[in-house]
Amino acid sequence: MQSQILHFPAKEAMIIGQQTGDRTISNRLADTADSLQGAAERSNALDSGHRACQGCGEALGARHAIDTALDTTDGELVVVNATGCLEVFSTPYPQSAWRTPWIHSLFGNAAAVASGVAQSFRIQGKENVRVIAQGGDGGTTDIGMGCLSGMFERNEDVLYICYNNEAYMNTGVQRSSQTPGAARTATTMPVGEHPGNRFGTGKSVPKIAMAHGIPYVATANIANPRDLEAKVRKAMSIRGARYIEVFVPCPLGWGTASCDTIKVARQALNCGLTPLYEAEYGEITAVNKIAPSETVGAYLKSQRRFAHVFKRGNEHQLEAIQAIADANIRAFDLVESK
Amino acid sequence: MTAIEGQQLIPFATTLEPGTSRDNKTGSWRNLRPEYVQNLPPCNDSCPAGENIQAWLSHVQRGDFHGAWQEIVKNNPLPATMGRVCYHPCQSGCNRKMTDGSVQINATEKYIGDRALEQGWQFEPPEKPTGNRVLVIGGGPGGLSAAYHLRRAGHTVTIFEGMPALGGMLRYGIPSYRLPREILDAEIDRILAMGIEVRTNTRVHDIKQVMRSEGFHAVFTAVGNWLPNRVDVVSKAKTPVLDGIDVLRKVETGEDHGMKGSVVVWGGGNTAVDVARVALRVTGERPKLILRRDMEHMRAHPEEVQDALDEGVQFFNLHTIHEVRDGEVVLERMQADDRGRPFPTGRYVTVAAGSVVMALGQSAELGVMEKMGITQSGDWEVPVSPGMMTSVPGIFAGGDMVPSIRTVTAAIGHGKKAARNIDLWLNDQPVSERRERTIATFERMNTAYYPDVETNHRPKFEAGERIYDFREVKGGLTEQQAIQEAQRCMSCGNCMECDNCYGFCPDNAIIKLGAGEGFKIDYDYCKGCGICATECPLGALDMVMETI
Ligand SMILES: Cc1cc2nc3c(=O)[nH]c(=O)nc-3n(C[C@H](O)[C@H](O)[C@H](O)COP(=O)(O)OP(=O)(O)OC[C@H]3O[C@@H](n4cnc5c(N)ncnc54)[C@H](O)[C@@H]3O)c2cc1C
Ligand SMILES: Cc1ncc(C[n+]2csc(CCOP(=O)(O)OP(=O)(O)O)c2C)c(N)n1
Ligand code: SF4
Ligand code: SF4
Ligand SMILES: [Mg+2]
Repeated sequence: MQSQILHFPAKEAMIIGQQTGDRTISNRLADTADSLQGAAERSNALDSGHRACQGCGEALGARHAIDTALDTTDGELVVVNATGCLEVFSTPYPQSAWRTPWIHSLFGNAAAVASGVAQSFRIQGKENVRVIAQGGDGGTTDIGMGCLSGMFERNEDVLYICYNNEAYMNTGVQRSSQTPGAARTATTMPVGEHPGNRFGTGKSVPKIAMAHGIPYVATANIANPRDLEAKVRKAMSIRGARYIEVFVPCPLGWGTASCDTIKVARQALNCGLTPLYEAEYGEITAVNKIAPSETVGAYLKSQRRFAHVFKRGNEHQLEAIQAIADANIRAFDLVESK
Repeated sequence: MTAIEGQQLIPFATTLEPGTSRDNKTGSWRNLRPEYVQNLPPCNDSCPAGENIQAWLSHVQRGDFHGAWQEIVKNNPLPATMGRVCYHPCQSGCNRKMTDGSVQINATEKYIGDRALEQGWQFEPPEKPTGNRVLVIGGGPGGLSAAYHLRRAGHTVTIFEGMPALGGMLRYGIPSYRLPREILDAEIDRILAMGIEVRTNTRVHDIKQVMRSEGFHAVFTAVGNWLPNRVDVVSKAKTPVLDGIDVLRKVETGEDHGMKGSVVVWGGGNTAVDVARVALRVTGERPKLILRRDMEHMRAHPEEVQDALDEGVQFFNLHTIHEVRDGEVVLERMQADDRGRPFPTGRYVTVAAGSVVMALGQSAELGVMEKMGITQSGDWEVPVSPGMMTSVPGIFAGGDMVPSIRTVTAAIGHGKKAARNIDLWLNDQPVSERRERTIATFERMNTAYYPDVETNHRPKFEAGERIYDFREVKGGLTEQQAIQEAQRCMSCGNCMECDNCYGFCPDNAIIKLGAGEGFKIDYDYCKGCGICATECPLGALDMVMETI
C-alpha cells in the first residue's frame, strides 16, 4: 500500500481568527475543522467504567489515539497492550473497557507481540487489519526497549504509541528513564544535596526511533488533541514501523489536581519542555511553534513532585530545568518569530 | 473449548465470561459533580439598555445580520444611533479587554444598525391591541424607547413633544458630525411606523388635565435636562456669555447662535467638548476649552477629548474663568491635590475671547412634576421606584430627569423598563423581582483557547479634513470586519458547543445532545475529576459538592 501524506485541518491557518480557532475540540464557526473527539459518533474505544484515577491523562490520550486509529481503519484494528496502568485499569478480569480486539502482552514485549500479530495478518493476506502496540514509558522505553528497537529495525508494520507519564505509575510511582531531573518519585526522594531525580540521566526515545530511520516518528501532547489526532491519522496512512510518544500527565504520580491534567500538559508545552515534532525517515519534518513568553515556573508549581524545587537553596534545580527548556527552544527553533 | 451438555467449559481461573467495564459505575467515586450553568456575560451586565450583546454577536459570527438586528431591537430600537453615540460601557465590561482588547461591540452595532436602514428592515406592528392608552411626555431617547416597547406590547401610544421634532438631545444636543440626522430620522420613523401618534410643538404643562381630557390610562415622562447650570461670573463687558445647550440647539435649528471669534468654552464634560468642536466648525477659529481639573480627571469621554485635541481645540486644564472683559477673559490658574481636586492659586492669565459659552451641566425643568406633587421646588431629580414609577401611581419617569448616569443608553433602558412595568401595572400585576445572576467574570474563563486576534477599529477622517463642515467624523466597519469582530467574542458564561468537555472527559461521561442542544452529564460514570470545568473556555460548568 502506498504511503500518502494526508492534509489535516489542524494545520490550517484559515480558522485561527474564528473565536477559538483550532484550539478547542470543535469550532462551531468552522464545521469543517471539527476533530473526531467532538463527533457524537466517535467510537469511545476505551469505554466508561474503566478504573483510571480521576483526571487520568493516559486514559484520555489512549481514547483519543485509538478512536482515531479505528476511524482510519474502519474498525479493522488490533491493539497490543504492555503491562501498566492502561492495561490494569482498563481490563481487570473479567471486565474490559476496550471496544476493539485487544491483547495484553507482558510488561516488556508489546512490540514483539505486535510484530507477530502484524506478520500473521500479512501472511493471511489480511493487510487491511492494522496493528497498534501501546504501553507506558516504563514498558516502552526501559524494559521494552530491546523489543521496540527490533520492531523498528525490521520495519514491522506496527504503530507503537507510548503514553509517557514519566514514571512507573502502576506500581507506585518509581523512576523511569523518562522521569525528569528533580522530580520526586518513590525511588528518587527529595532528600540530600540533589533532591529528587538526578539531572543528566534519561534518554529521548523519539530520537532513538529516528536513528532507526523508520518512516514516521512524532511527539504529541494531550493538551493539543487536534495535533494528536492529525499525527495518528498520518501514522495510520503509512506502512512500516511508526512511533508516537504522547505526553500524558498523571495526577496521582505528579501530585496535580485531577482537574488540571490538561492545564499542566499545556504548561509543559508552552514552556518548551516538551517539544512537538514529526520526523520521517530519520529527519525532522515539522515542529509546532510556541508563543515566546512562558517560563517553566508555572508548570513546575502545579505539581507536588517538584515542590522542593521552590525551596531556598534549590534554585539551581529550577535553573537547570529552565536550561533544558531553553535548550529545546534553541534546538527545535520552537519560538514563533514575530 | 467444547461444550458438554450445554455447559461451556472454560479454563480454570477464567471461569467468568468477559464483561464490559460499563458494569462498573465509577460515578460512585465522585465527591464533586459538574453542572452546566448559564452565567451573565459582563458585556450584557454593563449595557444599561439591557441588550443581549452576546446573543446578537453570535448571529453576526455566522453572518446572520437580520437575526442580530432582531435580537438587538428586542431591547434597543435605535441601533444605528447607539452604534454612534453610545459610550459603550459594554466594552469596558468585556472580558476580552484583559487579553487583546475589548470586542468592538459598538462598531459592530453600528454596522448592523446601518445595514437594517439600508435594507429597510421594519418592526412588526403589534398583533393584538390592548385598548390601553399611554401618554409619553418627551420624545427623546427615553420617550422613544418607552413608546416603542409599549407599542410592541399592544398599547396605544401618543407622544407629546415640546420641540418641533422628536429626538431630544439626540437632535438638539449631540452634533450631527457624530450623529447624522438622516440616520436619526430614519430610526425614529421606523418606530413611528408601528402606529404611534405624535404631537410635536406640544408642551405638557398639566399631566392630570391631559390625562383626563384625552383618556390616558398611564403616563411615561422623560423630559430630560434642559435647564443650563450657570455660575456667576464677573462680566461688565459686551462679550456675549452664552449657554452650551442653547448654542447647540440653535446651530441645529439654524437660529442665530451668537458664537463669534475665538470661542472660550467653560466646562469639562461632554457638552463642553461638543460645543468646542461645533464652535470650531462654525467660526473657523480655534476655540479654547477651560476646565478646572487636570486632563486625567476630566469627565468627558476620552475618545471625544482626543478628537477635540486632534482638531485643534486648545485645552486650558487647571484653569477657571475669573472675569469676562471686552474681547478677552481672565483665567485663574488652579492647582490639583493628589486626589485631583482643584484649588485656586491666585495667579491669572488673560486670553482673547470673541464669545464665552458656559457648558457646566444641565438640570431638569420639573414644572409638570411639581404640579403633581411628585417633586418640590428646588428638587433637580425625580425619585422613582425600581419599576420606574413616581410617587403617583400610574405616572412613570425615566431618562435624564431621574437619578442615573444620564446617557442615551440609560434613557433607552429606562424606557424599556418603564414600558414593562406600565404593562404590569395596567394589568394589575406585581412588579417582577430582579433575578440575581452570576457574572461570567474573567477569572472563570480559560482564555488559553482564544488566539490573539487584531481588533478592527472604525476609520476616521483626518482632523484636517473634517473640521470645515459637519460631515460624520467616524466611518464604519466593513461586513468582513464586523464578522471578524463578532468572532472575537468569547461567549463568556454560555456554552458555545466547542466540545471541550465532551472531548476532554477521560471517562466519556459527557453526552453530546446535538447542535444547539448542548450536553448532558452521565453521572453513572462521571468521577468528578473537574477537567471539563477547567477546560471549558467560558466557564459554563460549575463543580458542586456532592451531598450523601
Ligand atoms: C451636548 C450633549 C452631548 C451628549 N452626548 C452624548 C453621547 O454622546 N452619548 C450619550 O450616551 N449621551 C450623551 N448625552 C446625554 C444624552 O443626550 C441624554 O442622556 C439623553 O438624551 C437623555 O434622554 P431623555 O429622553 O431623558 O431626555 P432628552 O433627550 O433630553 O429628551 C427630552 C425631551 O423631552 C421634551 N420635553 C421636555 N419637557 C417637555 C414637556 N413638558 N412636554 C413635552 N415635551 C417635553 C424635550 O423637548 C426633549 O425632546 C449628551 C448630552 C448633551 C447635552
Ligand atoms: C517483567 C515485569 N516487571 C515488573 C512488573 C510490574 N509492573 C507492572 S506495571 C509496572 C510499571 C508500569 O509503568 P509504565 O510502563 O510507565 O506504565 P504506567 O503504569 O506508568 O502507565 C511495573 C513495574 C511486571 N508486570 N512485569
Ligand atoms: S467576549 Fe463577548 S460575551 Fe464576553 S464580555 Fe466581550 S462581548 Fe461579552
Ligand atoms: S471530565 Fe468527565 S469525569 Fe471529569 S468531572 Fe467532567 S464529566 Fe466528570
Ligand atoms: Mg509511566
